[in-house]
Amino acid sequence: MRALKTFTMGGVHPPENKLAEKQAIERLEPPKSVAIPLAQHLGVPAEPVVSRGDQVKTGQLIAKGEAFISAHIHSSVSGKVKKIDAVTDASGYRKKAIIIDVEGDEWEEGIDRDEGLQKQCDLDAKEILEKVHNAGIVGLGGATFPSHVKLNVPRGKKAEYLIINGVECEPCLTADHRLMLEKGEEILVGVQLQMKALGVKKAIVGIEQNKPDAIQHFTKLAKDYEGISVQALEVKYPQGAEKQLIKALINREVPSGKLPIEVGCVVHNVGTAFAVYEAVQKNKPLIDRVVTVSGSSVKKPSNFMVRIGTPVSALIEAAGGLPEDTGKVINGGPMMGKALNDLEVPVTKGTSGILIFTENEASRPVEQNCIRCARCVTICPMGLEPYLLAPLAEKQRLEECEDERIMDCMECGSCLYICPSAKPLLDHIRVGKTRVGKMIRERSA
Amino acid sequence: MNELFNEITVLSVVSLGAIGGVAAIVLFLVAQKFKVIEDPRIDEVEDLLPGANCGGCGLAGCRALAEAIVRAESLEGFNCPPGGSEVMQDIAEAMGWEASESTPMIAVLRCNGTREFAPPKVKYEGAMTCAFAHNLFAGEGGCPFGCLGCGDCVEACDFDAMYMDKDTNLPVILDDKCVACEACVKECPRDIIEMRKKGKKNRRIFVSCINKEKGGVARKNCKVACIGCGKCVKECKFDAITLENNLAYIDFEKCTLCRKCPPVCPTNAIHELNFPERKKKVEKEAKTE
Repeated sequence: MRALKTFTMGGVHPPENKLAEKQAIERLEPPKSVAIPLAQHLGVPAEPVVSRGDQVKTGQLIAKGEAFISAHIHSSVSGKVKKIDAVTDASGYRKKAIIIDVEGDEWEEGIDRDEGLQKQCDLDAKEILEKVHNAGIVGLGGATFPSHVKLNVPRGKKAEYLIINGVECEPCLTADHRLMLEKGEEILVGVQLQMKALGVKKAIVGIEQNKPDAIQHFTKLAKDYEGISVQALEVKYPQGAEKQLIKALINREVPSGKLPIEVGCVVHNVGTAFAVYEAVQKNKPLIDRVVTVSGSSVKKPSNFMVRIGTPVSALIEAAGGLPEDTGKVINGGPMMGKALNDLEVPVTKGTSGILIFTENEASRPVEQNCIRCARCVTICPMGLEPYLLAPLAEKQRLEECEDERIMDCMECGSCLYICPSAKPLLDHIRVGKTRVGKMIRERSA
Repeated sequence: MNELFNEITVLSVVSLGAIGGVAAIVLFLVAQKFKVIEDPRIDEVEDLLPGANCGGCGLAGCRALAEAIVRAESLEGFNCPPGGSEVMQDIAEAMGWEASESTPMIAVLRCNGTREFAPPKVKYEGAMTCAFAHNLFAGEGGCPFGCLGCGDCVEACDFDAMYMDKDTNLPVILDDKCVACEACVKECPRDIIEMRKKGKKNRRIFVSCINKEKGGVARKNCKVACIGCGKCVKECKFDAITLENNLAYIDFEKCTLCRKCPPVCPTNAIHELNFPERKKKVEKEAKTE
């Protein structure tokens, strides 16, 4: 058997634990009240265009992101704006959000709520881009980079490939997997629309081998779509990272500090492709997303289609309630996600999963001395030396950190996962990145 | 045998003497050419400085400060925080200059979010450094402005003037050891530590909170947060207190230490240190010994 494609440098294979992969996506009813944060995307937070006491409909624009890197935000429910106030979000800090009391579920006119597949599209590239922009779509893989910026190829650059990320390399998460199985056609139409917007002829959907049903389903469907091919990939973390996925699929390397467009690629998540489909064909802005709720102690691991702004506690309730021996509740995947410090944190555009760890699973082992085994060097997908970077960052030797390419670290957490001495390598590297970033900004200022 | 010995002796004495002579001339010329004239006063000033090389003066160390002082030919704009005005006075006397006035300063922790007043809601398990915890979340107590309690400031202190109080989870600054080098001020990711005037008899009054959130929100996380009510501003007769972004601030240049404001604060956010006990109400927080 021929070896499957994958990226060459580093990588780990943590236990997959995809407990919710057989659970069909369940639509959750809107809660009594939602808090929609104004900063749900990378870049400048959106500016609210509604005020206290206003009546809003589902899908109505409530905050505008006018800056170059920003995204519009729409109401995910219908009701009355209670207030615009600071609410604790996944960052752990209180940030501004629009709080809406839900009254019924009345949708904005012009949104096609019919579930039927709409394949035909006569719009040109510019109109598609316009619609994506207006729908406030951001990268749903987790990085939440505004999609219209990515779909707009900068002058002087040319896109050759559209790469669709169906890898879902994070353990435990199954949101993309379920979406691929249940909304396959819609995703492929979305991919076609994105290809049209970018002006590319070829698109590759990368799916890891641990989702054979999705690979089969997509290979069958893709025959009817010109230019789209499906590629099975070896299971390896972090294959869902842009640079690693490009390397795995078309064997090109994105230079340090550069974007994928440098090698003629644009990478989008399958969730984003689905959102693009809904925005262009159904006029539906990004107001809901699929979130996996899972964990070994969870009664009913599930995949929910939830409205943006729903508190995390409502999701946990729907999955059978918070188990008693809970140690941590993680927002995102187990490798890159972050523990929440409040269960009333709202679901945002970037929430891919809510994981519940028992006290036993969540505790950190006791830190020991580095034994120079170099495992972290072997597995670093960016070819860095975490054992060296962490102490350099800890001792604030920032110039040396910069020389050792600390800014290339994508914080995938593989080094922390593999370290036999349980050293908090990534923790220190993160602090170092913040400090080096500040130093670079000050230098150029 | 004797003759040979004589010959060798004479030869070696003459040749080595000649080499020595030439070398001496070369060395002399080179020394003249590359002579470094150093002001002897630099050594003199350096001897008077404490020699801690803490960098509190803003220069690389005591030697650098001594060089800078001698180069400038005055003490204007220079200050040695650990040495204080005494050392500056000594230098001035030795150099025959007038000493510049310097106010003794001290580091002040402007947070009183102890475990009792701001009870922890979550448990932090990451790397024990404030720089990292600050990136992650608001803090165990939930206040996004308050002390994270990981002790980066204690780590930064070169003078053993700080320690972490295990019960309160706040750092304690020792009055007699702090030399105002500002290392902790620079280290704190939340800018909680401020350099304030040491005050007469070490007496200081300050708002021990930097929370800029609205009163209700701040109070929810911490019982002793400044809620920005403005009572102290009204009470102050010297315009020393300003209220901005829901937070009162006492200007230590204007404050006369009259002790009128601490009792009016509804949340006990205004601290007074090292004052004798009040006669009627006893509300003094013995935070620093």
